[in-house]
Amino acid sequence: MKKTIKRLSMLLVGVIAASILLSGCTKNTSASSSDKINVGALFELTGQVASYGTSEYNAVKLYIDDTNKNGGVLGKQINLIKADNKSATDESINQATKLIVENNVVAILGPATTGNTKAASSIALSKNIPLITPSGTSFDVTVDTNTNKVKSEIFRACYTDPYQGKVMGEFAAKDLNAKTAVIYIDNKSDYSKGLAKSFKEQFEKLGGKVIDQEAYVAGDQDFKSTLTKIKGLNADVIFIPGYYQDTAKIAKQARDMGIEVPLLGGDGWDSPDLLKIAGASALNNVYYSNHFISTDPDPIVQDFIKKYKDAYGTEPDAFAALAYDSAGMLVQAIKDANSTDPAKITDALANLKNFKGVTGTISIDAQHNPIKQTVIIELKDGKQTLKKKISAE
Amino acid sequence: MKQILKNRLLIFIGLFAIYGIIQILLSTNILNDYYEINIVLMGINIILAVSLNLINGFTGQFSLGHAGFMSIGAYTSAIITYKLGLSFPLALLVGGISAGIAGILIGIPSLRLKGDYLAITTLGFGEIIRVIFLNTEYVGGASGLSGIPKYTNWTWVFWMAVITVVLIRNFINSSYGRCCVAIREDETAAESMGINTTFYKTLAFTIGAFFAGIGGALYAHNFYIIQPETFNFMKSFDILTMVVLGGLGSITGSILSAIFLTFVYAVLQDYAALRMVIYSLLLIIVMLFRPEGLMGTREFSLKKLFKKGDESSEFTVN
Amino acid sequence: MKTFIEQLINGLSLGSIYALIALGYTMVYGIMKLINFAHGDIYMVGAFTGFFASTYLHLGFVPSLLLAMLVSLILGVTIERVAYRPLRDKSKISILITAIGVSLLLENGGIILLSPQVRTYPQIFKQHMYSFFNGIITISNQQIVIFVVSIIMMVGLQLIIYKTKIGKAMRAVSTDPDAAKLMGVNVDRTVSFTFAIGSALAAVAGVLVGIYYNSIDPLMGIMPGLKAFIAAVLGGIGIIPGAMVGGLLMGVIEALVSGYGSSLYRDGVSFAILIIILLIKPTGLFGKNVREKV
Repeated sequence: MKKTIKRLSMLLVGVIAASILLSGCTKNTSASSSDKINVGALFELTGQVASYGTSEYNAVKLYIDDTNKNGGVLGKQINLIKADNKSATDESINQATKLIVENNVVAILGPATTGNTKAASSIALSKNIPLITPSGTSFDVTVDTNTNKVKSEIFRACYTDPYQGKVMGEFAAKDLNAKTAVIYIDNKSDYSKGLAKSFKEQFEKLGGKVIDQEAYVAGDQDFKSTLTKIKGLNADVIFIPGYYQDTAKIAKQARDMGIEVPLLGGDGWDSPDLLKIAGASALNNVYYSNHFISTDPDPIVQDFIKKYKDAYGTEPDAFAALAYDSAGMLVQAIKDANSTDPAKITDALANLKNFKGVTGTISIDAQHNPIKQTVIIELKDGKQTLKKKISAE
Repeated sequence: MKQILKNRLLIFIGLFAIYGIIQILLSTNILNDYYEINIVLMGINIILAVSLNLINGFTGQFSLGHAGFMSIGAYTSAIITYKLGLSFPLALLVGGISAGIAGILIGIPSLRLKGDYLAITTLGFGEIIRVIFLNTEYVGGASGLSGIPKYTNWTWVFWMAVITVVLIRNFINSSYGRCCVAIREDETAAESMGINTTFYKTLAFTIGAFFAGIGGALYAHNFYIIQPETFNFMKSFDILTMVVLGGLGSITGSILSAIFLTFVYAVLQDYAALRMVIYSLLLIIVMLFRPEGLMGTREFSLKKLFKKGDESSEFTVN
Repeated sequence: MKTFIEQLINGLSLGSIYALIALGYTMVYGIMKLINFAHGDIYMVGAFTGFFASTYLHLGFVPSLLLAMLVSLILGVTIERVAYRPLRDKSKISILITAIGVSLLLENGGIILLSPQVRTYPQIFKQHMYSFFNGIITISNQQIVIFVVSIIMMVGLQLIIYKTKIGKAMRAVSTDPDAAKLMGVNVDRTVSFTFAIGSALAAVAGVLVGIYYNSIDPLMGIMPGLKAFIAAVLGGIGIIPGAMVGGLLMGVIEALVSGYGSSLYRDGVSFAILIIILLIKPTGLFGKNVREKV
């Protein structure tokens, strides 16, 4: 019996020691000093969509560093805490929790994609911390579609999938006078599917007809078989709502095969890499919707492009512009709230009006979506030209 | 007999102590939410690793489709709670059973194959399951299911992990389990001894799949959202790494390495690519210098720890 | 008809690439009974070497190709030497796990060293289209290059295997390694040589893919690697003509599925082919049944 007790106590001691050890290494990062405002930057820095997340993190960092150089906000410096969700939903939850409970952030910027944003939102909502996603475009990111309630702490800087698809559907039918269209989607991406759906609705409402829908999977190399099929259908336009790594390859292979009809896309097309991969000759008769155009003479836009280029050596893409504005919106909200209390920042974000950002003058609507301009860019030999500007509704 | 009873009692008290202490630390917020997530993840990984070990380690059937079974459990359980609004225990059970059925369906045809062929076939099945989920609108296609209620907590995970480990351990120590081990050692010999190898292989496969399904169900109810992409073959490799590192054929090995690797994962948070390099180097180095894994087929046992030099059978689990 | 022929040509170009990768799988399997999971990543390394050679060293097509072959060859032989050889007598599972480890190492090492960004291959051949029979058959010069290079490589391989001494050794080791050893064949050297040839062929496939699709990234080897493996199984793993036919067949099937069925299920179809083949005729199209001896 004595032995048993001895063993038992040893076991207990072991367990306690282990748990102390575990909790011992917890309290090292939570330096919540009052002279700094902790803001979380939760992005896809590695994994499948690392290129979007990295762009966005870079832009956020640029804005925050600038703000800090100019005296910070409310007289305090912003302490940007970087977290990597590895492009995975479980890691988004894990990291969002860490930012909130360990680092005591007052707000989270990011993530870039819809799925990861939804995951991180679940934590932000339960802890009442505001979260702004630069590019989580799905409608139900900010609205719970089961209850039709707006998710109180979740905001975004981009417009939604349904809106963008609608704009392009209208553009195809009215401006390009297209009667038939083929849609070529990225089967792994809900962004792509969302755009395709609303494009189809709007295009057919205006008398057009979508004659076929094809799909690829992000990262594919060979699009020629499907493009051969599409070529045979002789549609007036091809709508490819995907991201630039794939759409660039599609554009190149389509033009190589002699498909000359207009190629349409969404803001996923906007990247300096598009030109690098597809080459200038393939990028004619290409139209896509975007948040801003790099040739816009507005000093805010030019200033942003110059700073980004100086800091990172490449032109910013749409992701970077949106992330830059997200950071701007947050800083503005902290100023408006005149407080670093998360609840007050949330209120200020919900009431944000006429914030002048790179992607236009932004006001937040009742569903926490931005009201702002849309531009349709036409590519001529890979160069951006403004085709159409649609101002805020 | 008395000794066995006493040992059992000891283990039981030990388990309650671990459960109680962590529960207290969690509820007093000494261990905050972030730690809870990682502790829960450890528990889920233990379930996954131990169940894969039954297939790969004890029965010697090299499966690379564990993430596929996990996804079936995750999706079915999410449908039960989220879509149909039924209770969580039922969801766990149905998640496990449907993964188990998938285990039978996939097991019977593929277990005619051996070694590398089996590995690649199970990998193929895992990918096919993923493609099916990807193209099923009912479960959200590529965007997956989001808004799954959070039911998984330390209590559920801890006791499910305990049940998994105890059941699998008992299975292995039963005559059925001995047959499985015999198949691992030499399939032809086992067959000639009158063991119905197909039956036992399918049985191991089904049980492994069942618990993988439970692991998946716990996972789904811990992470709010599930997407087909979460369950690609990298996930299977992750689980495989745990099993291999711990030792093919050692339950305690799997438990320890699941805990250790989840811990490493959390610590190396900021170095994702490096983490994968470390994982892969671990796999290679362990295989080159200790192909049987850290624990081999041995089990970590308290008895051994306390009474040095005592003989202990290969199959005692603490 | 015209579209069908176009799809066929698309399929055959993709298939030639699968075939080149599949040859490496099949040769290694034939001689070591090992699925070299890292083979797809050797193909990736080949593609990147070709990229650096032509972009930064400004080498032409043939020198870049040769350099890529050389680098991949050294890599393949090193991997075999360091990671596989010590385990040759151990259980098959441990060597398979090592292979998975090597594959993960190359992919993630690639991400760290080369960044996950997609790279654009330089245009070595300016695109031209050629038409035959009043435009019924149109083929691009890149596709012609793929066919020509693939055929040269495959014929060369056949010559090495059937007309040289080392080829004879390879066949001997593949049939029975112990007997071959007794007959004085240097097994280690033969295995190294097999890895060298297989890796060099994968590098050729990598460079051709770079030219044909003009973009590469560190994870490009995963899917083609799996597909090529399926091709090897389809033709009968361990059988060299089988890998060629299997590769071409896989390419054509994929092109037809995307062209006439739904591109949604293309990857699913490849795995379904694998499973059907394994269940109905695990030895593949060209395989003979071998009874297991105790």
